[in-house]
Amino acid sequence: MKELSLHILDIAQNSIAAGCSLLELSLTEREGLLTLVIADDGRGMSPDFLAAVTDPFTTTRTTRKIGLGLPLLRLAAEQTGGDLSIGSTVGVGTTVTARFRADHIDCPPLGDMAGTVAALVQGAPGIETVYTHSTGRGAFTFDTREIRAVLGPDVSLAEPEVFQWMREYIGEQEETV
Amino acid sequence: MKSLEELKAIREKMQKQVGLREESDDNIRVVVGMATCGIAAGARPVLEAFLQEVDKRGLKNVTVSQTGCIGVCRLEPIAEVYVPGQEKVTYVKLNAEMVPKIVADHLVNQQVVTEYTIGAAE
Repeated sequence: MKELSLHILDIAQNSIAAGCSLLELSLTEREGLLTLVIADDGRGMSPDFLAAVTDPFTTTRTTRKIGLGLPLLRLAAEQTGGDLSIGSTVGVGTTVTARFRADHIDCPPLGDMAGTVAALVQGAPGIETVYTHSTGRGAFTFDTREIRAVLGPDVSLAEPEVFQWMREYIGEQEETV
Repeated sequence: MKSLEELKAIREKMQKQVGLREESDDNIRVVVGMATCGIAAGARPVLEAFLQEVDKRGLKNVTVSQTGCIGVCRLEPIAEVYVPGQEKVTYVKLNAEMVPKIVADHLVNQQVVTEYTIGAAE
């Protein structure tokens, strides 16, 4: 993964697959530390599965016995002197937290967060997605509930035209932080 | 600046066409693989390119959606095209530059872009 935003896109698919109704993404940049949190209210993981989840030979997919999403994110975080932690409760949800030392030479660029958030919403239009990005310069929040309130019940968030709007809108917000 | 007003305008435009996409029998589906393998290989720009082209051309009979791992990770990014009454077509090793041709030739003009298919790659 060349960008942190691609890791986020990848890991958030797990939340969607876990049947969540609310997906919360947050990025916080403070004093050289970049913290990303992916939290959902999906079905959660058993303690046994949770203990093994960053092992590449643990996966929920059925096409292969290997799952690299979380192992790759853990590696990326640890390479910068950061870390990965995961909390999960069956029936309640899962929270993945990755911390990166932003000034470390191995810290990947954040990349295209607007593309990631818009793609997540387009792929799972029934889920409420909240994305918060906060830096020393400011903060903004994107919330699909606000978008849905404007679009009404008949227009899906998966529509190509809505995707374009979200992508550009979030892109502009990203410039402010 | 993008505003919520623009979103309102999209809503008003869409409401006139609501139902067209799902209800028509000639609905074409494009499915992009967005698992770890696909994303690492560059599936996000491919998905974006499909959405952009479908929006630009105003193709109301095309649905773009996402799925997990399609199973041939080494050929990612992969997109599958389902045209009613025809066999599924699997495009492999895609990038955003290849997408406009697939949309124009296959989705609009019903001509499969053979050189991008899994049959040509294997």
